[in-house]
Amino acid sequence: MLLTITSTHQPAGDLGYLLAKHPDRCQTFDLSFGKAHVFYPEVSDARCTAALLLDLDPVGLVRGRRAKGAPTLGQYVNDRPYVASSFFSVAIAEVYRSALGGRSKERPELVDQAIPLQARVEPLPVRGGEPLLRRLFEPLGYEVTATRHGLDASFPDWGESPYFTLELAGTLPLRDLLSHLYVLIPVLDHDKHYWVDKAEVEKLLAKGERWLADHPERDQIARRYLYRQPRLAREAVARLVDEDGVDPDETEEKQARREEKLEEKLSLDEQRRGVVLAALKEAGARRVIDLGCGEGKLVRALLDDTHFQSVAGVDVSPRALEHAERRLKLDRMPALKRERLKLMQGSLTYRDKRFAGYDAACLIEVIEHVDTPRLEPLERVVFEFARPATVVVTTPNREYNVLFEGLPEGRLRHADHRFEWSRAEFRAWAKRVAAVYGYAVRFLPVGDVHPEHGAPTQMGVFTRDGEAR
Amino acid sequence: MKITIPEVCLVTLIGPSGSGKSTFAAKHFQPTEVLSSDVCRGLVSDDENDQTVTKQAFEILHFIAGRRLEARRLAVVDATNVQREARAPLVRLAREHDYLPVAIVLDVPPEDCHARNKARPDRQFGPHVVRQQLSQMRRSMRGLKREGFRHIHVLRGVEEIEAVEIERTKLWTDRRDERGPFDIIGDIHGCFDETVELLEKLGYEVSGMPDSPMARHPDGRKALFVGDLVDRGPKSPDVLRLVMAMVEADAAICVPGNHDDKLLRKLWGRDVRLTHGLAETMEQLESETDEFKQKVADFVKSLVSHYVLDDGRLVVAHAGMKERLQGRASRRVRQFALYGETTGETDQFGLPVRYDWASEYRGRAMVVYGHTPVPEAEWVNGTICVDTGCVFGGKLTALRYPERELVDVPAHKMWYEPVTPLVPTEGGPEAAERAYQDLLDIADVAGKRIVTTRMRGTVTIREENAAGALEVMSRFATDPHWLIYLPPTMSPSETCREGPLLEHPREAFAYYRKNGVPRVVCQEKHMGSRAVLVVCRDAAAAAERFGVRAGKQGVVYTRTGRPFFPDDADEAAVVARVAAAMDASGLWAEFETDWICLDAELMPWSAKAQALLRGQYAAVGASGTVGLERAVSLLEQAAQRNGESAALRDRMRARHQRVERYVEAYRRYCWPVQGIEDLRLAPFHIMATEGAVHRDKDHVWHMETIAKLAASDSGFLLATPFQVIHVTEPESEAAGIAWWEELTAEGGEGMVVKSADWIVRGRRGLVQPAVKCRGREYLRIIYGPEYTADEHLERLRRRSLGRKRSLALREYALGLEGLHRFVEREPLYRVHQCVFGVLALESEPVDPRL
Repeated sequence: MLLTITSTHQPAGDLGYLLAKHPDRCQTFDLSFGKAHVFYPEVSDARCTAALLLDLDPVGLVRGRRAKGAPTLGQYVNDRPYVASSFFSVAIAEVYRSALGGRSKERPELVDQAIPLQARVEPLPVRGGEPLLRRLFEPLGYEVTATRHGLDASFPDWGESPYFTLELAGTLPLRDLLSHLYVLIPVLDHDKHYWVDKAEVEKLLAKGERWLADHPERDQIARRYLYRQPRLAREAVARLVDEDGVDPDETEEKQARREEKLEEKLSLDEQRRGVVLAALKEAGARRVIDLGCGEGKLVRALLDDTHFQSVAGVDVSPRALEHAERRLKLDRMPALKRERLKLMQGSLTYRDKRFAGYDAACLIEVIEHVDTPRLEPLERVVFEFARPATVVVTTPNREYNVLFEGLPEGRLRHADHRFEWSRAEFRAWAKRVAAVYGYAVRFLPVGDVHPEHGAPTQMGVFTRDGEAR
Repeated sequence: MKITIPEVCLVTLIGPSGSGKSTFAAKHFQPTEVLSSDVCRGLVSDDENDQTVTKQAFEILHFIAGRRLEARRLAVVDATNVQREARAPLVRLAREHDYLPVAIVLDVPPEDCHARNKARPDRQFGPHVVRQQLSQMRRSMRGLKREGFRHIHVLRGVEEIEAVEIERTKLWTDRRDERGPFDIIGDIHGCFDETVELLEKLGYEVSGMPDSPMARHPDGRKALFVGDLVDRGPKSPDVLRLVMAMVEADAAICVPGNHDDKLLRKLWGRDVRLTHGLAETMEQLESETDEFKQKVADFVKSLVSHYVLDDGRLVVAHAGMKERLQGRASRRVRQFALYGETTGETDQFGLPVRYDWASEYRGRAMVVYGHTPVPEAEWVNGTICVDTGCVFGGKLTALRYPERELVDVPAHKMWYEPVTPLVPTEGGPEAAERAYQDLLDIADVAGKRIVTTRMRGTVTIREENAAGALEVMSRFATDPHWLIYLPPTMSPSETCREGPLLEHPREAFAYYRKNGVPRVVCQEKHMGSRAVLVVCRDAAAAAERFGVRAGKQGVVYTRTGRPFFPDDADEAAVVARVAAAMDASGLWAEFETDWICLDAELMPWSAKAQALLRGQYAAVGASGTVGLERAVSLLEQAAQRNGESAALRDRMRARHQRVERYVEAYRRYCWPVQGIEDLRLAPFHIMATEGAVHRDKDHVWHMETIAKLAASDSGFLLATPFQVIHVTEPESEAAGIAWWEELTAEGGEGMVVKSADWIVRGRRGLVQPAVKCRGREYLRIIYGPEYTADEHLERLRRRSLGRKRSLALREYALGLEGLHRFVEREPLYRVHQCVFGVLALESEPVDPRL
């Protein structure tokens, strides 16, 4: 909420001219979300410090801002009034408009002159920690000092807060310092108070025109600045690069990278889908229900293959189904394809008549999201009542976890996993289920098989008794 | 002349145009019971005689008739129906809905028809039309029985038609006026001695042994036999003799079993294979007289497939009866009653897979049946099979109704070797390791639902809220078998109109006074996390009562039904500790219960709310402190040079102080937790124990009983401090206010004010069971560090409580309803609907700060 800029350029008082704010005064500016104050804690010929203090209205902040769905307490009580966030960028742009734009009535010659400057921002929320801070500011020529604050001195075990005091020192034009801060504060915070639209691309390009194209973290900056809008981020990067003209070396390099990517092994996710499709075809299934379809990747693969006459996707999360609808472009899907598809909300712990009548059911990376005591109803819902001829189940192989770098021992792959089974555990479960409900089961590895730890994913294909394989 | 028709059936009037069908229908039936083809023509085309829309008109007629039969209502089809093709769909329709098709033929001379038609301007067709219709009708009349009509009444001539009276009779299955009490006895299969023992154990006086046995209950209770009296066992004729005598004397009611039915066919001389124990029965009958055999045949023939008893609350059938078929009459109903239903699949032994109708049963009537031997009689969705395989060496079981008590006697021996061992039952492979059978169905919860509560009438759950609740319930909630109660939300007291506070007890007391409540109980509000505990005496009791897998002795869950502890061991430790306190305090015995449901607060807050504390509360405190501290110090420097900065400095200093108080506020509720030794549990309601929902006791009772419990483990359990305040006595009220001030001066959360009685109805319906009054400092956590600044406080006062209060009442009604249902041993899905409803309501958007 506080930015101080200190100049040691002689005479230091010129800072007042550059900022167009008088050093002897304490001025207040009205902004839509509160007030901003500018004052000078220190004014001498040797040093001059201007402070910009943001004074957000914590109650007004949430009024008239109705989020979709049920409100949460976090919407009402949060750090926004106290930190340097995108609100701060808006304040810089409003209060220091001429300085940011490179205009000065009294000292036009100073506008583009590199002068010794220090800036201090606090508290600055940083999602990404000190390394990110350094990666963003050091390439711009600053000497960076970052001080991290604890969450609560009374509870040291709660650890560090995300808040930093950031100190920058460098010799550069003031307008550049301001534009760096304007763009990078929200990038560090990674949370925008307003909805990101196309106008943001223009703002980013305008503010970053003098430096962003060459910044090594350019892509990340664009991505985070254009929060949650990857398409806009790509557009921004494209236009940045385009403005520089085409760089043949760059193009060459890009091609090489693309090739590399192509040669990269199929992702585990894709491999899994491949194996599932193969198992379904092998079983002769034409009507398939994907139980726990999530955002619908398998559903899409099934739909794209006309071998499958009827495809149903079921998920318990209405949000996931909405995503699936969007990803599948349901509104634009040709009628013939649309007719083959059914998406519905359902739960695997509730029996559901709508699950019956399919040749095969898939539970792809689903069972590990169910608490073990509730696997029993799941078994009955699928194997006793839906009772398709074929059931394909995949789940992580815990033994393989040691091979994942960055996965601490004993940790599961996903925070929502209730368990991860070894191969023996999965097989024991699958065999019991098969015996109880009258199925035969066979097992397949998915992904590269390690001689000792097996494949990353394990699959069981259940075939109802009396059905030919 | 009088003709009788069943109370519910499909009456087909048959007669040519002008035979007086409409007049006849209007005379004998309600206008809403009569479906006229002419009227349907009119509905389609505005012209009742427009023959071009006949097809459409009959579609409508059949549709309405079907809907009426579905709703168990009589339907009368007023159309000529003189051709077999016209009648066939009606017979089909009646059968589809398992009611009898009835034909009433109006055979009127052509002259009379013609005369009638002539009198009507819209029926100016020649006499040949009527003649032709009459001849069609007469030709096909003999075939009516073959077509499937069960009652056929032919009325000849105008006079007879005029004179006839129609009497409606109850269906044979309808014995709703028999209200019991009953003793419902499972499959006997010739086990006479065990039957006599069981009857004696049930209090019947048995006489006439051995030649003409008879049993009668001195209090007029009736025995209800679920069929399969004969076959396999040693004394089938004696069983028949006893049961026939009892039925004849109106001391018993009997429904037929498939074995009885087969015996009947054998006695009729049909070609029936002497398998499954029929040979033994025939052998035993050899020494009986022909007269006796004839009597047996007549008796079995007279048995009705099933009965609906006690105002529709009880259904008895040999193999059970699904809801749709109850009280109806058709071959299908009889088949179901005798054999049950199969899915059409066969299992690996080639045996038909039995359709598990009970696991899907959602009817309100209790269904008691036999047919499939089970080791123990167990409730499934309000149904129970009382065939415990006596003849196979199991036991003979009776269910006392309405007491729901099971009484049994062991078999004297294994009289007959079962094909498969008693467990698993002959049937699909699913019987091999079937767990609990009360699986929930998506149709129990999805979509818009209306739940009827005994406290507040109906509560509506909106579809989108149900969708959200389905996700939470499926992904995060604890096993629904444990989830018998979710606590309701609570509204704060009305907002203070002025002064430095948002909430104050004055308003809470005024609320109750205004609603005619003289006495309230104020309880200290603990700042922890809401926890509901279901604790059993031991794991075996838990498995028995909650239908869960053995192992767990109880659960602790949050107000949204999630397990409170991520670690099962922690949960088990807390549960064991409460169970031990129940032991030590003697409360298990006092309540005569093996389980208890407690509503409680678990401290410290920081034990559960770590993520919230770090991500939100501490974060706000840390960021506010850092920024404001620095702002104040910089402004201090600037203030030395200009006065404007001094004013701003003071403002920032005040803000800084408020943030500091905020940090103090949340810190108060945090302490480090290493294990459950550091936790404190403060129960404040004893929600329910076996046989009782304790809403009928006042809050003082709850507080005192809990204090007794807490005294036996004071290191872990906290008795909540409370005060009884008389809101019509100023002194008492002042004492209440003083207590609140004392509690909150140190930053305490505040208190909850409850009407002394749980349920109070005011002029405008239910009164809030409780309102909370939170302290000024505590509210910083809720409203933000700076809410006490005048400019903020004024805006925050404009909060509206209406929605929150309505929600609180609806959730309260649902929560208690669920408990009542559980205590009354209603099926899981009925309890779950209430719990699910509370969760769904919780997703309604309401200001979370209230």
